[in-house]
Parts: sequence; C-alpha cells; structure tokens
Amino acid sequence: MVISSKQNKIHKNHASQRVRQISPSGIRKYFDLISPDVISLGIGEPDFTTPWNIREAAIYSLEKGFTMYTSNYGIPELREEVSRELERLYGLRYDPKTELIITVGVSEGVDLVMRAIIDPGDEVIMTDPCYVAYQPAVTLSGGIPVLVPTDQEHEFTLPASEVEKRINSNTRALLIGYPSNPTGAVMTREGLLQLADVARRNDLLVVSDEIYNRLVYGVEYTCFAALPGMKERTILLGGFSKSYAMTGWRVGFAAAPAGIIENMMKIHQYTTMCAPIMGQMAAVEALKHGEDSVQEMVESYDWRRRVMLKGLRDIGLTCFEPRGAFYCFPSIKKTGLTSEEFSERLLKEEQVLVIHGSTFGKCGEGHVRCCYATSMPNIEKALERMGRFVSRLI
Amino acid sequence: MEAKAKTMKNVLKILEKDARTPPEKIATMTGLSRDEVANIIAQAEKDKTIVKYKTIVDWSRMGDDQVMALIEVKTVPRRDVGFDAIAERIYSFPQVHSVYLVSGTYDLQIQVVGKTIQEIGEFVSEKLSTLDSIQGTVTHFLLKKYKEDGEVLHPGEKNNRLVASP
Repeated sequence: MVISSKQNKIHKNHASQRVRQISPSGIRKYFDLISPDVISLGIGEPDFTTPWNIREAAIYSLEKGFTMYTSNYGIPELREEVSRELERLYGLRYDPKTELIITVGVSEGVDLVMRAIIDPGDEVIMTDPCYVAYQPAVTLSGGIPVLVPTDQEHEFTLPASEVEKRINSNTRALLIGYPSNPTGAVMTREGLLQLADVARRNDLLVVSDEIYNRLVYGVEYTCFAALPGMKERTILLGGFSKSYAMTGWRVGFAAAPAGIIENMMKIHQYTTMCAPIMGQMAAVEALKHGEDSVQEMVESYDWRRRVMLKGLRDIGLTCFEPRGAFYCFPSIKKTGLTSEEFSERLLKEEQVLVIHGSTFGKCGEGHVRCCYATSMPNIEKALERMGRFVSRLI
Repeated sequence: MEAKAKTMKNVLKILEKDARTPPEKIATMTGLSRDEVANIIAQAEKDKTIVKYKTIVDWSRMGDDQVMALIEVKTVPRRDVGFDAIAERIYSFPQVHSVYLVSGTYDLQIQVVGKTIQEIGEFVSEKLSTLDSIQGTVTHFLLKKYKEDGEVLHPGEKNNRLVASP
C-alpha cells in the first residue's frame, strides 16, 4: 500500500506522544532483503512444529465445539495445570482461582503488568541489551525504562549493585528476563538472591519473564518467585511458545499475588477478553503429556548450541557460553564493523541472516544474535559462510 | 554410574539419528573429548548395543520392484523353548527382514521382502506354512510406506516460519 505524503502527515499529527517515543523493531527491515538462498539465524522461535499430541488436542476441542470465549482468567483446567506445574518444578503454590491469569503469550503479560503497576513517571529498571518489547511496554504505560548496562565480560548478567545505584523514589519495579533473549545468559541463584535482596530492601516489584525456563543447559535453573520472600513481590510470566514449540498459539500466563492479577485481569477483560480457547485447550495437553517432547527438544537444542558456540569461536569471534534459550551472542567488534553493518553485509555477501545486537539496546552493539534453533546442516553451512566473511575482515 | 549411562545414551541417540555423525562432531555436541566418544562407540559396538549401521532407503524413488509383506503367523509354542525355536527357524530365511513376537490373536509378526508378489506367495506357501508348529498365516502386502524407523518418507509439512522474528 502506498501512503501519500499528505496521509503521512495526517497520521503523524494524530500519533500519540507515547507511540512517538517508540520505534518499530529493527528486525523488520530484514524482511525485504531475504532471498531463497539465505540461511536464517535470525528467527526467535523453535524450529520444531508443535508436538502432534498437542495439535491433536486442539483439533479435538474444535470438533467438540469449543469455539467460545473463556473466563477472563482463562479456562480453569489450564490454570489448575499451570499451578500444578509450578509446584512440580519449583515448589511454588499459586491459587488457580485468584493468583493466575492466562494471557495471549508473555507479550501480553508484559503489557498487562506494566499497565497495571505503572503510573506516569514511574521507573522500571531492566538490562541493556534486553528483549525488544520491554522498553516499549514501559514507555506505552507512561513509565520510564531505566537501563543497566550488561556486558560479555560478566556474561550479560545483571549486577545487583548496578541496579541499586539506579533506584530512586520513582523506581517501581525491576524487569528481568533470564534465560535471556538475545544473549542466552542465565543468572545464577546467587546473583538472583542479590537482586532479591535489593528488591526487598527497596520495596520493588519484580517482573520476571521466564518464557525460556525449560531451555537451560547444564546449569541449575532458579525461578525468581521461588526465592525466599519473593513470591509476594514477583509477577512471574511464563508460557508455552518456547518449551512446547507453540509460538503461534499465543498462550502464556502470569502468576502473582491476587491483587496484581486482579488488576491485570481488569485490563485484559477490556482489551483481549481471553486467550483463544483452542490454544488454551492445547496448552492443557502440553502440560499433561508434553514433558517427553520438552526433554527431546532441550537435548536437541543443546547439541546444536555446542556446535554453534564452537563454530563461532573457531572462526575467531569471542563468545561467552550461553546457558539458556537458543541464542549465541558473539562479539563482532574485532571485525571493525558495527553490528548493523556486519548483519547487512553478511546477508548481502554470504546470505546468512543474523540480528544486529544494537536492536536489543545500546549495549548489544558489537554483538549479533545467532539463533541455533535451525537444522544442524543449516548451522554448519551458516558457520562456514560466516567464517569466510569474517576472514575477509580480520 | 548414572552419569556414565546418561553420557552413553546421549552419544547413541546422536548416532541413531545420523549414523554418519563423526566422533569429532559428537564430541562437540556432547562436551566430551573425541577419545571418550570413540571409546563409547567402540564399547557399544563390541557389546552389540550398536547392532549395525544402516541406511533408510526409499526404494520407491528408484523405481525398484521390491515387494514387502507383513505376515501374521499363528504357531504352537514348544515346551522349554517357547516361541524361540520357531522364530529362529523363520528369521534364518534371508528374505525375512524382521520377526516380532507379539500379543494378540497371532504370535509372530514377520516382514518379508521379495521381487514379486508371486515370489512372496511361494515363500509363504512352500516354506513358511509347511513348517512344523505353524498353525496358520495371514499375509498383508504393503502398498505404501509413510514412515519408517521414525522418519516420515514423504513429509507433508513445510517450514512456514518467518525469516526473522524477535
């Protein structure tokens, strides 16, 4: 569609101040540059199709006529299963009636929680780099994102001392997302305990996006809400997209104290009403009978993680070992290119798509995000092409 | 012991998916050294945990005239040896690809491969049915293979993922 300059002007004049403050995601520009020969390491989703038993459960639910709205909180059976799963994994007990809400993916969860807890001028502390939606969610809620630089040297973890330096009377919450997209970083229990201590002493809420909770390799996973005293001040966001390869189903959940869930529900009921019922039915099956599939996928990601990490290091890029999600985040500083130049030239010259780190924040500059949720032959071919490209630069 | 078994399983799973994966790559994938991987494989080959390396071939793409039949076999088990003796007798025929003892209305399920329907028919009537302790057979000729050893032979699903996503 061609938009005339006059139309453009009208649209601009009618844009809200809040929406003017945010930019479209830097990832969009790659769509126009793609040719059939391109190997994409730029995809932020599993390369598995949703396991068949989960798909079949959704088909069955359609056959049975489950095509209607659900409770604003989500279907009771799914809330009960989520509650059981959180208890099984972390020993956490959430009341499925009052402390859980089913959302349209974690993306809606982030939006809901920010709108539910933020007043204009409130500050939310988060890492730089971080997932692309965090800053806009805070900005659109009238809040101010406060960024804490993280770096490769510290494996992109969030130091409690740096968080504390940025706390003032306007600070409302800490937003963390580990395992991290884009870096693949995982926080240790000790590191999270230090953040918990800061949150307690400063009476902060903690929004913990744990969508990658099951995709962790060779290290212990700690759920933030399971730390002593943290359940009462944590909004735990989780979902099915990554663990069960269910990105397109758009089902997630938020677990939090009843008062916060109630406020999130108020926004949810007027904006989305409910997550799609077939997705919710599929999610029930995922939780009941999906564990083997999770284990199988995690194993497969781990194999590919190791191959990509070694491959990136072999071609001369420095990369810390990512312990979660499905991303490597190597430094490309020694090539002398910016991350955007690196990505664009790699795509044009060698037909490999990686995502420039600066799209995830200033501190992502000098890095590119390489997703290993693609086939092993693709990973090997992409590494070969990247090797050729990098050898021309260093 | 448990960790050792887990490590070995990890290596075997990789080989089961692709028997051509070189030890160096398995080492990278598992975090083991190349020698550790080689030792695990050697041990598994020696104790027959790894029975054989083979290739799944879709012969229909080669225009091959191969015919396969699944045959249900009802037998009379013998004292002391149960079904083992008759199973051994059957699997020794080279045209028999697999033999399974199964529960249900018959005892053995066997897969037989031949060049023509007649060839398999002759095997069933002349060799199989005439064996002592065979009570009866039901032969099903295979019309099309959809999935073999966990591999879909004619995948119907395409990769519809976006080329880039957040």
